[in-house]
Amino acid sequence: MSGDVAVLGVGMHPWGKWGRPFVSYGVAAARAALADAGVDWKDVDFIVGGETVRNGYGGYVAGSTMARALGWNGARVATCYAACASGSAAIEAARTRILAGLCDLALVVGADTTPKGFLAPNAGERWDDPDWLRFRLIGATNPAFFGLYARRRMDLYGAGPADFAAVKVKNSRHGVHNPNARYRKEVSAEDVMASPVVSDPLRLLDICATSDGAAAVVLGSAAAVRKLGSAARVRIRSVSTVTPRFPNTAVDLPDIATDSAATVTAPAIGFRESIAAAAYEEAGLGPQDLSLAEVYDLSTALELDWYEDIGLCARGEAEKLLHEGATTIGGRVPVNTSGGLACFGEAVPAQAISQVCEVTWQLRGQAGARQVDGARVGLTINQGLFGHGSCVILST
Amino acid sequence: MTTAVPVIDGWFTIDEPPTLLGRRCTECGTYQFPPTGSWCPNPGCISEDMETVPLSATGTVWSYTDAQYQPPPPYVSRNDPYQPFAIAAVELEREQIIILGQVADGFGVGDLRVGSTVELVVEPLETDGETVKLVWRWRPVVSGEAGDAR
Repeated sequence: MSGDVAVLGVGMHPWGKWGRPFVSYGVAAARAALADAGVDWKDVDFIVGGETVRNGYGGYVAGSTMARALGWNGARVATCYAACASGSAAIEAARTRILAGLCDLALVVGADTTPKGFLAPNAGERWDDPDWLRFRLIGATNPAFFGLYARRRMDLYGAGPADFAAVKVKNSRHGVHNPNARYRKEVSAEDVMASPVVSDPLRLLDICATSDGAAAVVLGSAAAVRKLGSAARVRIRSVSTVTPRFPNTAVDLPDIATDSAATVTAPAIGFRESIAAAAYEEAGLGPQDLSLAEVYDLSTALELDWYEDIGLCARGEAEKLLHEGATTIGGRVPVNTSGGLACFGEAVPAQAISQVCEVTWQLRGQAGARQVDGARVGLTINQGLFGHGSCVILST
Repeated sequence: MTTAVPVIDGWFTIDEPPTLLGRRCTECGTYQFPPTGSWCPNPGCISEDMETVPLSATGTVWSYTDAQYQPPPPYVSRNDPYQPFAIAAVELEREQIIILGQVADGFGVGDLRVGSTVELVVEPLETDGETVKLVWRWRPVVSGEAGDAR
């Protein structure tokens, strides 16, 4: 591809349960990213926001909400919603606009203020909304789906609660060193296994919380990089926002049923695996090239699924990879050096952007005590409900 | 006097033996559940002729879990205090489809294994005044008591 898009600046507002308007976190993250890039807001010609559905109309039009909060500057605007994948959809909107030659400096912002407890569907009687129906008819919360995936690892591969707990232990040790993380305390396997069961076999400390937080990136064209006169830049090598292929035989949030594979053979690889495959193909890179990865650990067990989906190991071997220390900082391919969702909790529209922030800091050698030595290539991956792939590959 | 009705119309029957109702494309044979689409979900087929068909009443457990905490609204708990329940994702062989459902009253995760057999039942989800609202559930088949094998 001619002309990679550069990550010029990154910034975050620390994750927590701060209880303030999401706009305030977004402005803080945006200003941090602009300062990091050395870019003046008035020179930004495209702003895109990750939508939040829990913060009223201002959240539905997050792009313009942020533009107004920063002070109207006449930039083109867009807002993206793709559930947990909203951040990467927003990044992709900015990247493609830059690649099309339609803009030089883009600001991408995601911010959220979340309620306490389970994420729940929007209110009202919504008999045609699959997300509402799964609560109404089955009581299938998000952790219930995570429980289904976790149990499958146990019955198919012999995984156990101690394996899942070890993921949390690892991520908590990473997150201790991250000033933007909400939980900065080492957690022991005993702590995890003593926490109450939420959705069997997963316990409270296996499952990520919901948080307030914000992340932002400033992306630039080759011309913008030249103008800023900076040398070493982090580049976006690919973005994968793929949908599933029919028949999608994976049990996926929020659906009550999968597609039927009775007449059309299911694809050779499942949806999650196809998200990474498309990103690798576009980047011309493979799992062997990765220095690190940020994966969406909505649950501890799900992090293990991702190891296999992004090709770090064969099916059923994720527990072995984990226990070998390969995915710990200092190992062959550290995963969730930021501490992951285990230490952040989920701030939906900000999360995929925050993954890109972490990889950028790593590739610049600015990750402090959680730095991966010689990091050259990093991958971020997640999945938004209703069939949204989300994967970004970055390199020095 | 109480009356029993499905909590949602058109997704399952409640007379014995109950069945889930799916749709099946008359052109290519693709199945669909829930039965909400009026066109074929197969991207290689443009048919808009979907017939309503009963789905297999037994299936194989793809995975299972439970809800130890009360789900938020719009879930309505039948019990106060709240009683946990199990959930199973069940693969139907003929239809090659996985359908979620609660697990029948009296059964929990200890009664299930990936690959074990379950059968469809209809049980009360909630009581709303004089009306009992029914929902489909998956009940483990105890060996020797095979369900309605096809």
